[in-house]
Amino acid sequence: MGFNIYDFSGMTHNMHLWFMERMSPTATTIVEWTVIGVSYMLFVALFGLFLVYAERKVCAAFQQRLGPMRVGLWGLLQTIADFVKLLMKELIMPKSADKFLYNLAPFIVMIATFLAMAVLPFAKGLQTLDFDIGIFYVTAVSSVGVIGILLAGWSSNNKYSLIGAMRSGAQILSYELSVSLSLVTIIILAGSMQLSVIVESQRDSWFLFKGHIPSLIAFVIFLIAGTAETNRGPFDLAEAESELTAGFHTEYSGIKFAFFFLAEYINMFIVAAMATTVFLGGWMPLHFGSIESFNHVMDFIPPLVWFFMKVCGVIFLIMWFKWTFPRLRVDQILTLEWKYLLPINLVNILLMCLVVLTKFHL
Amino acid sequence: MSETKEIIISSDKIHTDQYLVNMGPQHPSTHGVLRLLVRLEGEIVHHIQPHVGYIHSGIEKMCESLSYPQVIHLTDRMDYLSAHMNNEAVCLCVENALQVEVPDRVKYVRTIMDELTRLASHQLWWCVMGMDLGALTTFFYGLRDREHILDIFEETCGARMTLNYSVPGGVMFDIHPNFQKRVKAFITEFRKKLPEYDQLLTGNVIFQERTNDIGYLSLEDAIAWGVTGPSGRGSGFSCDVRKHNPYSAYPLVQFEEKLDTRGDSFARYRLRIEEMHESLHIIEQLIDNIPEGDYAVKMKGVVKLPEGEFYQRVESARGEFGVYIVSDGKKNPYRVKFRSPGFSNLFALNKMAAGHKIADLVAIMSTLDLVIPDIDR
Repeated sequence: MGFNIYDFSGMTHNMHLWFMERMSPTATTIVEWTVIGVSYMLFVALFGLFLVYAERKVCAAFQQRLGPMRVGLWGLLQTIADFVKLLMKELIMPKSADKFLYNLAPFIVMIATFLAMAVLPFAKGLQTLDFDIGIFYVTAVSSVGVIGILLAGWSSNNKYSLIGAMRSGAQILSYELSVSLSLVTIIILAGSMQLSVIVESQRDSWFLFKGHIPSLIAFVIFLIAGTAETNRGPFDLAEAESELTAGFHTEYSGIKFAFFFLAEYINMFIVAAMATTVFLGGWMPLHFGSIESFNHVMDFIPPLVWFFMKVCGVIFLIMWFKWTFPRLRVDQILTLEWKYLLPINLVNILLMCLVVLTKFHL
Repeated sequence: MSETKEIIISSDKIHTDQYLVNMGPQHPSTHGVLRLLVRLEGEIVHHIQPHVGYIHSGIEKMCESLSYPQVIHLTDRMDYLSAHMNNEAVCLCVENALQVEVPDRVKYVRTIMDELTRLASHQLWWCVMGMDLGALTTFFYGLRDREHILDIFEETCGARMTLNYSVPGGVMFDIHPNFQKRVKAFITEFRKKLPEYDQLLTGNVIFQERTNDIGYLSLEDAIAWGVTGPSGRGSGFSCDVRKHNPYSAYPLVQFEEKLDTRGDSFARYRLRIEEMHESLHIIEQLIDNIPEGDYAVKMKGVVKLPEGEFYQRVESARGEFGVYIVSDGKKNPYRVKFRSPGFSNLFALNKMAAGHKIADLVAIMSTLDLVIPDIDR
């Protein structure tokens, strides 16, 4: 089928033709959807497990301990064991909960996560949907998740859950602005919202370097706001353990809790993947202008590896925040967004416009 | 704060209800079975009513049927983080009642153990303070250093937390031959580690924002509510028993009673960090000069206090700990009352936290350094 680790577009195209020869167009579509769907689910499950393991190891390193070491070699099977435990746990629902919404909430959170994954370019040709409004799509669907969180808090009929949900609602809606505006900064630079185009135009130099200081500011803001949007790190108010026990998912158990848990980690992956795609050149290798031999060596590393290396780097950064900083208070979080990040962002967009107008970035 | 208040006033037309939330008895940041009945409006705390007694173990009543040496064993189950100070308070009370003069060696050893206990307690408080504010890494940094102190305790008297090292008339055993060496090693090491505490938490912008001007307690309120220890000194209340009513070897050492007049969470936080420095300073002065001699005076087989009332107070890690014994001349006390610092400190919480947010309530509670069995006894 023409497997090429540097370019998947040939392979996917051939697969499509192979199916078309043997089936009706409708059947082909259904089969392709199934294949894509199953691979996404597998990816989410496996990468989620990996992220949980990674977080525990990273956190352990920060806290001068070893982390999971008992189950499997270096505790590699620990998260799998935990996941099996979660699967087997009894689902307990509060008597006074709103049954329908209570059961619906984890799925909404999960669906939002899956939707956002659809446009991420993992490698050349390895992208399910390639819209011309890719970035817009990601920001739009990733904000669906907050509905799930609000529903979870509301339907549990628990005051702690409700406070957690309200906090997270206020927080996610506010930080959405910063995420979008910092992406807009890059859209101005790239001149396109299509993710594949954005990646392609970073062939010579990543946008982080190409856009000079405005890019750098946008990147920092994107990281902060992205962390806030995933309810993590110093912004984990929604599930502030010491205040609200577990916040909006206090009343969830078993696999439904696992959904929230997994969604949080996959959201972290999406934020990291967006940062990678938009600022760090996506699956493009690192190139330095004129050092040909260096560039050749970098080209030799497959794009998929590049993508995941960058993503893991950003994820490590996000974990670093979480394990070093204390938590902000709810009004401080909103102050940070509305009084600092938003004005900086707006000025930053102006700066970027100046850069693009003066063709400083070329 | 003023901003939030204005918003509430301007939203008069919107009907908002205050609602009650039970924080505890099972709650991760009440650090035990403390129940706070909190009246909230949105996120803002309006009133806090602490309900104590969930871990009430009747220690004071039990003491009435125990002999004096046995009473000591119950005292370190109250404030398990200041075990040695509590033990010492009872011992001092009994010794004063019998007018027994303990050897100098005992005084020195007791004081060193006091300060080590204070250090261990403050280290654990620091871990938990960070954790309550969401900085989970602090927990492991503090516990790492506390481990060394507990090891020293274990070598000295076999127990790591509930020491029972003091007995009426002295201490139970002589110090271990390694004691001085290990304590000195610990001091050198912890001197290097203490700046890490500041780097990780004190200097952090988020931490400063969370504690500065939060949970203000005025000097008048601190005195009125009997808030003692670092919590009271954070409001400028000079209440260090070690200074005002010195016992054991405290009259012999140079140390400063740190005071802060700001009265906010950060003041209380900073004082505890500074107390750790002071404790190291006190131990340093004593550790090389422990006089030779007996580690206890010979007491009678059955300790009987003369008829009367006796009171002894010591400075525990949380504040002023008092033992009040009424004796009718028998081998058991007639009545015992412990003045626990946590109890008084807890009830000033409403004064400090009302008007702040839930998150601040947790932070303020942390700065009071509550130990629940100490409150409930």
